[in-house]
Amino acid sequence: MEVKLQIKNEQETDKLGLIVAELVFAGFLIVMSGDLGAGKTRFAKSLGKGLGIDKVIKSPTFNILRVYEEGRLPFYHIDAYRLEGMVQDLGFEEFIEGEGVCLIEWYKYLEYMLPNEYLKIDINIVSDNEREFILSSNSPKYQSAIKQVIKQWK
Amino acid sequence: MSLDKSMILAIETSCDETSIAILKDGKELLANIVSSQIDTHKEYGGVIPEVASRLHVENINICLDEALSKANVTYKDITLIVVTKGPGLIGALHVGLQAAKAISIAYDIPIIGLNHMAGHIYSNRYVSELKFPLLCLIVSGGHTELVLMKEEYDFEIIGETLDDAVGEAYDKVARVLGLAYPGGPIIDRLAKEGQPIYDVPYPKVEGDYNFSFSGIKTAILNLVTKLNNRKETFKNEDIAASFQDQVINILVDKVLLALEKHQVKQVLLAGGVSANSKLREVIKGEVNKKHPDIEVIIPPLWCCTDNAAMMAMAGFYSNNEPENLDFGVDPNLVLGE
Repeated sequence: MEVKLQIKNEQETDKLGLIVAELVFAGFLIVMSGDLGAGKTRFAKSLGKGLGIDKVIKSPTFNILRVYEEGRLPFYHIDAYRLEGMVQDLGFEEFIEGEGVCLIEWYKYLEYMLPNEYLKIDINIVSDNEREFILSSNSPKYQSAIKQVIKQWK
Repeated sequence: MSLDKSMILAIETSCDETSIAILKDGKELLANIVSSQIDTHKEYGGVIPEVASRLHVENINICLDEALSKANVTYKDITLIVVTKGPGLIGALHVGLQAAKAISIAYDIPIIGLNHMAGHIYSNRYVSELKFPLLCLIVSGGHTELVLMKEEYDFEIIGETLDDAVGEAYDKVARVLGLAYPGGPIIDRLAKEGQPIYDVPYPKVEGDYNFSFSGIKTAILNLVTKLNNRKETFKNEDIAASFQDQVINILVDKVLLALEKHQVKQVLLAGGVSANSKLREVIKGEVNKKHPDIEVIIPPLWCCTDNAAMMAMAGFYSNNEPENLDFGVDPNLVLGE
């Protein structure tokens, strides 16, 4: 299943993040791709906000992993940007299928360690402000989440 | 309990560098061994954490031996171990912590675990006494923070980045321009030969002293894409100059804004990006233009990037109690909390 959303500006990215935050459950995994500046971290920020996290959600590029525990569910924010070209055991299993929500930016650099089921969001840069978000999954539980996103998006 | 700090052994492994320092009486830096791992990281365009921790494991004993031999001391002479417990890469931090604990147990030496950012601030103690209150701008690959210190070893973060750190923005812009890692020094060098002819947006940010560099990164990306699509020729030097000028503008603006509200005796610069030649020049000039009475302290180049000497100095001035041996690292450690 694949759904394309045309996002006009950052405010709409925020809206999408808040909608997704309502639907997630423990063990929920979101993987994201998109060029530098596509809006991955922006989406993560609004997802975190929707989970009830007050702390500033910053880019996890430097630390690779940032953990936020004060929301409705724990939020594990991973950025694989600096892992390009490497295959090894990072000990991220407890986060990827853990008790919280896990979001992985630049997931292609971690593809070898992903489980079978997840929500994939690929972002295409359309213009300076516009983005195309492609939500997809081959797993029923994530497909039903996508359907709910679409219902609420309209 | 007052700790004997006459011979500090400091261990720093929070990111790229394995570093060991030995500091005598808070004054005499007997050794500061930094085993730079940058060469290994270059080919990947970034720091790879597990490679980093593996390299730390390979390096740490070599660095320890070299530091002791250079300082001409043995473990029996060490009175206190200082180790970085965060923030940083979890695997890398663990290597330093385990080494610190092993030495502590074997030679019965107390340990204190310190915040890496405190080390950056105290790197300035190698060039000047610190006079409080002071304001410190910390700029590095992982951090952009404005810290107010009202007294010794007391930190209040009054501003921070809401998204990307300034050094991260440098590295990502460098990648967009097809430059090598780390991008900061290369952009700094190119900027000197370019003109700031391109408009770079000035970010609107919530909170008086907060920063945002994500939008600037995206603007540069959009600019380069546009120029390429239109097949316009452009010089990386001009892009670098446009980017760097605006970044430094923002950093200096926030410092000046903070100085309107907070009366301080000194302004300090700290962190890897404080090696940037333009930032060093501009911050001093602009602060002193408005506040000639404020002393601007800039860390020596050898002490801008990660090293254990700064951790040893922070350890000398810290009021932290010795840790129990079950203490752990905290990759998300926040200064002052």
